[in-house]
Amino acid sequence: MASSNFEKFKSDGTVLGDVTEWIDARFPMTKMWKEHLSEYYAPKNFNFWYFFGSLALLVLVNQIVTGIFLTMHFKPDASLNASGVPVAFASVEYIMRDVPWGWLIRYMHSTGASAFFIVVYLHMFRGMLYGSYRKPRELVWIFGVLIYLCLMAEGFFGYLLPWGQMSYWGAQVIVNLFSAIPVIGPDLSLYIRGDFVVGDATLNRFFSFHVIAVPFALAGLVVAHILALHEVGSNNPDGVEIKKNKDANGIPLDGIPFHPYYTVKDIVGVVVFLMVFAVIIFFTPEGHGYFLEYNNFFPADPLKTPPHIAPVWYYTPFYSVLRANTVNFFWIDAKLWGVIFMGLSVMVFFFLPWLDRSPAKSIRYRGPLYKGALAIFIVCFFILGYLGILPPTPGRTLVSQICTILYFAFFLLMPIYTKLDKCQPEPDRVTFK
Amino acid sequence: MKKLLLVLLSAPLLAFASGAELHLDKAPDHSGDYAALQTGAKIFVNYCLNCHSASYMRYNRLQDIGLSEAQIRDNLMLAGNKVGDLMTIAMQRADAKVWFGAAPPDLTLIARARSSEFGSGADWLYTYLRSFYRDDQRPTGWNNVVFENVGMPHVLWELQGDQAMGQEHKLELVRPGKLSPAEYDEMVGDLVGYLSYMGEPVSEFRKHLGVVVLIALTVIFVFAYALKREYWKDVH
Amino acid sequence: MSCDEKVDCGRRRLIVATATVGGVAGVAAAVPFLASFAPSERAKSAGAPVEADISKLAPGQMMTVEWRGKPVWIIHRTKEMLDGMAKLGDKLVDPNSERHQQPDYAKNEHRSIKPEYMVAIGICTHLGCSPSDKFKTGAESGVDADWPGGFLCPCHGSTFDLAGRVYKNKPAPDNLEVPPHKYLSDARIVIGEDTKGA
Repeated sequence: MASSNFEKFKSDGTVLGDVTEWIDARFPMTKMWKEHLSEYYAPKNFNFWYFFGSLALLVLVNQIVTGIFLTMHFKPDASLNASGVPVAFASVEYIMRDVPWGWLIRYMHSTGASAFFIVVYLHMFRGMLYGSYRKPRELVWIFGVLIYLCLMAEGFFGYLLPWGQMSYWGAQVIVNLFSAIPVIGPDLSLYIRGDFVVGDATLNRFFSFHVIAVPFALAGLVVAHILALHEVGSNNPDGVEIKKNKDANGIPLDGIPFHPYYTVKDIVGVVVFLMVFAVIIFFTPEGHGYFLEYNNFFPADPLKTPPHIAPVWYYTPFYSVLRANTVNFFWIDAKLWGVIFMGLSVMVFFFLPWLDRSPAKSIRYRGPLYKGALAIFIVCFFILGYLGILPPTPGRTLVSQICTILYFAFFLLMPIYTKLDKCQPEPDRVTFK
Repeated sequence: MKKLLLVLLSAPLLAFASGAELHLDKAPDHSGDYAALQTGAKIFVNYCLNCHSASYMRYNRLQDIGLSEAQIRDNLMLAGNKVGDLMTIAMQRADAKVWFGAAPPDLTLIARARSSEFGSGADWLYTYLRSFYRDDQRPTGWNNVVFENVGMPHVLWELQGDQAMGQEHKLELVRPGKLSPAEYDEMVGDLVGYLSYMGEPVSEFRKHLGVVVLIALTVIFVFAYALKREYWKDVH
Repeated sequence: MSCDEKVDCGRRRLIVATATVGGVAGVAAAVPFLASFAPSERAKSAGAPVEADISKLAPGQMMTVEWRGKPVWIIHRTKEMLDGMAKLGDKLVDPNSERHQQPDYAKNEHRSIKPEYMVAIGICTHLGCSPSDKFKTGAESGVDADWPGGFLCPCHGSTFDLAGRVYKNKPAPDNLEVPPHKYLSDARIVIGEDTKGA
């Protein structure tokens, strides 16, 4: 047995070997490399849905790097400058026009925000398709949902910063949601704003949350998410455990080292993603008003509400759930029910690992009940998202109420229909489809 | 699975099915047309830049549209300003509010801000500037089809002439101006072209760079895909 | 890179090629970020050349204009001042302005375009204080009994003559910098711009 680290590692005599030996005696560099990359065995049958995990990491890096550079020029200041424009709004245009390449960095950040949600929604949907949240990956899933919550907070705080009309009124509406909470509500929303209206204090604290607090939490959760994943190993489109079939060396028969196989594969995914990303940044950075809302090119005006306020597209499914509640019942008024249901519609994802009682993990071997339920859920999610963009009408409200009920039914009835479902037997080994 | 995807993909298309109430005329596209943009810049400076500022736009940025610093200084600027200055105005916003009821908005970003599901911001501006009509009910004597009860009078009325709201809610030219309707439309087109340019001066360069970036990414894709195939020979 | 039997040569070539292409792309992607550190259009506009009217500047007087946030001195030197400067020779570190502290058109005995007008950035080359003018000669100046007139830096006592040339054995290593400048007319001068470029 080695008595110290200095005897455990031996150089091969090259300079690189010497340096590696020196570091490994003091820090688990080679060990980490092996555990997480070169000897992390991932199932060999990943399909394209499995690109979105690494892409989410790429977009996170993009947001952090571009964010660092934007912070160098942005000023979280709601006071008016000599031309009568809020300083924060003017500083965004300063970035867009006066800072060399500032426009590119800003578009990378604003497009990156939407890209983050697209990638994360697809990543979550992948988990739901193949049962990636099921035992033993419950914590992977829970960390993931926490990341999603952080992301929603990050997007919300960040959206106030350009201090345009949509920034301002969006924050006004969302902060006022808290006032629905009984007894403490009105004081709570005042406390969150730090002012009687959304103002300079709000802008400054949102800036602080956006650039320091939430990114820290996000980074920590991402590490936890990956560590938990690498502890239990990746799921795959067949939903079978590759660790059940190992060779004489203890290596899963259906596993391949993440590096180099999945690194080279993910690079292809990254390049394809960057092509799509570049098309948006360079040819339609506003995303037809979905990625940068047109009204946000007007500076915030506390005296004039835009005719129609909608949150950015990635919140609209939950916003529809909020608006769908129009009845008072159980001594609680509709406004509070809206807030409660909106909160529940996000929080319910946490319980997914325990709601699902199906013998099969992957949709490939599940019966028609789950397939149908998932399809209805996704359609409802899209309809809710679409209706959240539009101003409400009685007809739309009715549709969103139906979709809200189906949304919750998908989760709450899951223990029943997954148990009743006629599943096919899972194979013993992974397949290629 | 396939059907599901189809449904998902068609959902966003429904967004365009919503009923449009506001009809906008299509503005001519002058991006990259330096002659039109220069004319537009001149109209902007002469007719707009007294009450409206463009406080994120620097005069020397107009070199983008083919003007030299000397041309900018001699033709578009008041004496005493530096060519690197922003297009601000002397009028104080507080005064403007008293005089006009609302301070005239800054126009730097107006073409971006006025975009909507009904058309681009340029379409809105192009229609708006051609849709003023006489209305004695309004303090300015003017109203507008696109922007009802607008605070701004028809600054270009001498050029366009007087329009009146005729039957079936259609505008009629009741007294011709200095320009013929076709000339007036062309002039407004140039002005709107300039406003669009000013909304995002980098947009031309942005698109050119985008082409370069996509070509580069395609090259990288070829290498990355070849490398992936090379390694995955081992697996398949 | 050598290529023996143990490694797959085709694969290695492909790795090198992909890494090269990717590396070039990475460097290209870094350019906008690094370039964003350069002065913005606002900074350039604020640092644009400034004009000064020197028609009212009496002989023996100086005026200060601000250029890029720094004091620029314009000194109208008298005949006596110029004569006094010419005798300083060996007391100065760089009497002939050999070092590159001025544009070529100011590399002459009076360090200026016109002998009577001196233009210099009033920032001491030692640690960046702004020297004060001590135009009175002799003991009256409070500097030295045989002081011929010039500048004294209050921070560490460096002394300069009326052409901004630094005296020997003082902390400041170099003569004061002469900014690019040109005459629009006899009465108007532009600082920050000269006829060669920009």
